[in-house]
Parts: sequence; C-alpha cells; structure tokens
Amino acid sequence: MLRIRLVEEAIAARYVDQEMRCPVHLSVGQEATAVGVCAPLRPEDKVYSTHRSHAHYLAKGGDLKAMLAEIYGKAAGCCGGRGGSMHLFDTSVGMELSVPIVGSSIPLATGAALAMKQRGEDNVAVVIIGDAAIEEGVFHESMNFAELNKLPVIYVCENNLFSIYTSLNQRQPDRPITDLAEAHGVASGQADGNDIEAVCSTMAAAVGRAREGGGPSFLVFETYRWFEHCGPNMDNHLGYRTEQEFENWKGRDPVAAARAALIQSGAGDEAALATLADDLSREIDAAFEFAKNAPLPGPDAAVQHVYA
Amino acid sequence: MSMPDTSNSMAGDGEPLANARLINYADAIREGLATAMENDPSVFLMGEGIADPASFFGTTKGLLDQFGAARAVEMPIAENGMVGVAIGAALSGQRPVISLHRVEFALLAIEQIVNNAAKSHYVSNGRHKVPLVIRMIVGRGWGQGPEHSQSLESIFGHFPGLKVMMPTMPMDAKGMLIAAIEDDSPVISIEHRWLHYSEGHVPEGHYVTALDGPAVLRPGGDVTIVGTSYMNLEALRAAEVLAEVGCEVELIDLRMVRPLNMAPILESVGRTGRLLTVDSSWAAFGTGAEVCAQVAEHAFSALKAPPRRMALANHPTPSSRGMVPGFYPDSISIAQAVGELCGLSASDVGAVVSKLVEMNGDQPIDTPNAYFKGPF
Repeated sequence: MLRIRLVEEAIAARYVDQEMRCPVHLSVGQEATAVGVCAPLRPEDKVYSTHRSHAHYLAKGGDLKAMLAEIYGKAAGCCGGRGGSMHLFDTSVGMELSVPIVGSSIPLATGAALAMKQRGEDNVAVVIIGDAAIEEGVFHESMNFAELNKLPVIYVCENNLFSIYTSLNQRQPDRPITDLAEAHGVASGQADGNDIEAVCSTMAAAVGRAREGGGPSFLVFETYRWFEHCGPNMDNHLGYRTEQEFENWKGRDPVAAARAALIQSGAGDEAALATLADDLSREIDAAFEFAKNAPLPGPDAAVQHVYA
Repeated sequence: MSMPDTSNSMAGDGEPLANARLINYADAIREGLATAMENDPSVFLMGEGIADPASFFGTTKGLLDQFGAARAVEMPIAENGMVGVAIGAALSGQRPVISLHRVEFALLAIEQIVNNAAKSHYVSNGRHKVPLVIRMIVGRGWGQGPEHSQSLESIFGHFPGLKVMMPTMPMDAKGMLIAAIEDDSPVISIEHRWLHYSEGHVPEGHYVTALDGPAVLRPGGDVTIVGTSYMNLEALRAAEVLAEVGCEVELIDLRMVRPLNMAPILESVGRTGRLLTVDSSWAAFGTGAEVCAQVAEHAFSALKAPPRRMALANHPTPSSRGMVPGFYPDSISIAQAVGELCGLSASDVGAVVSKLVEMNGDQPIDTPNAYFKGPF
C-alpha cells in the first residue's frame, strides 16, 4: 500500500513536467481495495481493471518500470507505448488487462472464468470496477451468465461514490448495491474499502468459494479518491464534493490506518517503516529514471500487430 | 488473376473438386464447425438457441449431441455481454465461435467488438490474441423488414484488427470458416440466409481456404464485376446470359471485406478497363465504394468508363413484397448496368433481359431463386 501511495504521489509531482503525456487516473486513497483484493490471489488468477488501474497493476505484481515506461510512452512500456496509463497489463503475474470503457472489462473476466472452467482449472478471474459500471447493462448480462454457469469470477466494486463529478445518489436510487447481485442469485459481500484486513478477508472468502465451484461473487468496498478524477491536482474547488466530506475521508486514510495497526500489533515500528519508505523511494526514483531515459518507439512500430 | 483460383477447383487432398460431394452451404458450415471442434478441444460454440430444434438454420444441427453442452454453450439474450464473454475466453486461449441469428443483433455488441476484439492484440504490443469467430446472419425476403435484413459488413470492415469474410460458395463456407477458427485474429463471418440453400461441391474432412481475398468465379475480358455474398449469384447468372451476346464478364467474388486484397481486382480492371461493384448493402460508405475508390486511386488510367456501384436502393428495407421490386440488384438490373458500361446495343441488352426474365420465371421476389441450387 505504501509503495502504491508513493508511486502515485511521485506521478502527481512529476506530471507537470509534461513528459507523461497521457491521462492519469490516480488511486491515492483507494490503496486498501487494490491490495486487499489482490493479496489472496495466486499469480495464475487473472485480474481485469479499468482506467484507474495503477494500483491494481502494482498490487497484482506488475513491473513498476514497465508501468512507468508505458505512462511515459516508451517502447519499454508494458504495452510498448500503445496503451498508456489506461491499458496496463502484465500477463506473467496475471494482470490480464485494463480497459477504459466503463463496464467493458466485466464480460472479459467472465469469459476468462468460462475458459478456466472449460479447462478444469481451479483459478479465478477477478474484475475490479467502479460504482458507475454497475449501471451498465453488461454488468447484468455477465452476472446472469456467470451464475447460470457457476463460473469462478469475482466482481469487485470499488465504490468511490463518484462517476467523474456525478455522485452516486444522482445516478442510482437509494438501495443497497449488493441487492443487484442478490437479484441475479449471485452471492454478495461488503466491507470498508479503506480497511485492508476487512477487504482481504472478504475477498479471501469469495476466492475460496469460487475455487471450490461455488460460483461468482459480487463484493462492494466503499472507498474514496483524493485527487481529481483525471490528473495530478485536487478538484474540490469545483464544488461537487464538500471540503467536510473530503476531510472526513482523508481522516480514514487506509495507509495511515494500516501503519497504525502494524505498530500497534508489534509487527512493525517507526524505524522499520521509515527504512521501508526510504527503500521504496529509491526504487521509485530509479524506475522514473529508467522510464524517462528509455527510448520512444518509432513510427514503424505503430503499424505492427494489427493482426495476429 | 485471369483464371479461376485453383483453390476453388481442387479438393483439399488434390482430388478434382468435381469429385467432391454436392451438399448445401448450411451443411458445409456445420461440417466446418464439427471438423474444427474435432481437431481442437479449445474450439467451442456459443449462441442463442444453439441447441434448439431449428439449430441455427441447420448449421449447428447435431453438434450439441456430438460435443456436449460445455462446448455448445447456450447463451442468454445478452449480445454485448456474451460477445464480451467470448472475447474473454479467446484472450484466455479458447477458440469460441459465437453465432448471432441476425447481423442486427451485433449492433448490441458493437462496443465489445470494436474496442476489445479489434484492439487487444494491437494495444498489448502483440501479446494478447483474440482467436474468435463471430457469425452473423444476413436475412432477406419473406418480409424480413428493416431490422432483419441489413448487410452491415462495412461497419465491421472499417476497423483495423478485425477480419471480415463473406463466403459465397459452399466450399468456401466450410474452408474459410475452418481457416477463421484457426486464425489468431478475430474474424467476423457474414452469411447470407439465401446462400444456405445453395449447393456446391464440398470436400470431406479438414481443409482450409486462405483468408486472402478475391476469387475469380468466371473469367472474362470485357468488364470486371466485383460482387459480395449472394449478389455474386445474381451476377453469375447475368454473366452467363451476357456471354451469349458476346459480352464476357470477369466476375470476382470479393470473399474478404477486410483485409481487402485489391491486387486481383486491379489486375482484372487493368485488362477490362471497366468496373462494376454489386453490393449486398447500401452504396454510400460501403464495400463497393471502397473498391471503386481504390481502383480510381491505383488504376485510373486503365479505366475506359467511370466505375459504377450497384447496391440497395437508398432507403431501409420495407417488409411488403409490394415495395421490394427494384430494391435489390438482380440479374436483370446487373445485365442492364453492364450493357451501359460496355456500350452494348439496345437489341443485345433487350435480348439478354428477355432471356433473364424467361429464366427467372414467375419466382416470387421474396424467396430464393431455385436456380441457385447449384452446383457451382
């Protein structure tokens, strides 16, 4: 979680240099869902993500240098510079793909789960979506099919309460989101998305169920993004959320909470965490240097790989 | 390519094609599916009503019994989701063939097809593959109306990353389908319902017909006709009668809308100097428009007359047979267009039209012409 936080803050700090020339959707404030969802997974389990994918990519074990190189548009990027921030993937660790169209990755994960079942594997497919994605028809189409066929897929809703600047209560009636899954006969779960332990244990239960042939699950984790929807700045001045609401969520900082829990349990101390932060900062600086210095792909590369 | 493509005249094992069995297009597709499924356990079918008694116009008949429900997957009425599921399975190494009863249903799935099927290989720098076939049926006749009759290949042909095939002949229907299933790129297959009834010589067992584009259905030196799908059969009939007045049509079955291999067409127009495209869709922004544009760009000096497009009349398809006359190009209107392009005399055109009227008989306009039973 700390690594993801530091990477995202470093992206925000360096974005003004205009060398990362693609939109970035930062996950600061949402680290616990990414880590808690990916922690119970094996490398062979597949994760599908959205436009806000940095945290998911890193939590699943993606290569930091390849991620930053991709954001810098470099040939060494995980997509060779073809995707940018919204198309991160690393199949070697089961980070299957990220797509920026809301809801578009939901059936892809469902199809991966179908393939796993057809081949008799006990792996699971996980798709992480936002709260707006459940408004898309494809969410329901996929869930219906997954339950019908008892597929090992877990639909994770990272509910950060906003679709760009439009709040949940402007888009959906006041009802438990989990009711949508229950209506499809799909098992559901819910937890505080800023509580790493709660996310992890809820996810682990769903993963266990899926591996044993119990079928799909729909999990909702409430969390909050601190930065603007897209970009390195704050956007509270726009007035779509109150300063009070923002401060309340900042007070529930998932990284700070995890840090406090570690110290309180005796699993870590201030000195060890400071050393960890220093080590991570050095790694992150080195990854940025790699990305900045890596060569851009040439125009010739743009015409490759249209057909397999 | 002045002579018929030999891949069309020989069976897969080198036997002359005339020795192959005579079966219809729908059975050829069913054989292609069964052959591909027998060869590769990762091939599976998905469709609405894949297991119902009508079995997709007979094209999936018996496959549920042969391969089981895990490989003949019944599909909820959810086209975008299910095409996405098929793409997801393909990305995971399976080879799905998903069938849609009408091409219009694919409009519900356009997001998945355009964004995920067409682009995953590209955006992943070649790491992801989407070995997927999406069969889409083009309807016509018996009052199918505006939303069960459209031929939407130009929509899919617009996008790099998709392959779009429109086999006309039963042998191609099987050989191109097997090739599509074995291809690592997503392939859109557009089948015309009326072709399902046509018969042709189709080899048994496994063979592939390369997805490399045009095939010459009939050689000739006076005018090049480029046809798609069922329109080739109307053009073929026109060409046979035009030959009786000494006008030799070179009829080219486009077969692949994308990738569009223009080389055989440019070579043919280079000899004939005249081009007519006969489309199963509308002319504007269509397949024929693209062929004409490329000929104008690359073979302008060879042209003896402006290229000409024939396609559907410029309005949606009406249901009533009272409004259908004149809507579709047919052998008569094709022959008249060739007459104008080639400067045939009024008496020659009149003789051709009279013969075609006689041959067509009193066939109702909303049913397939019995002439098209084949063999081809």
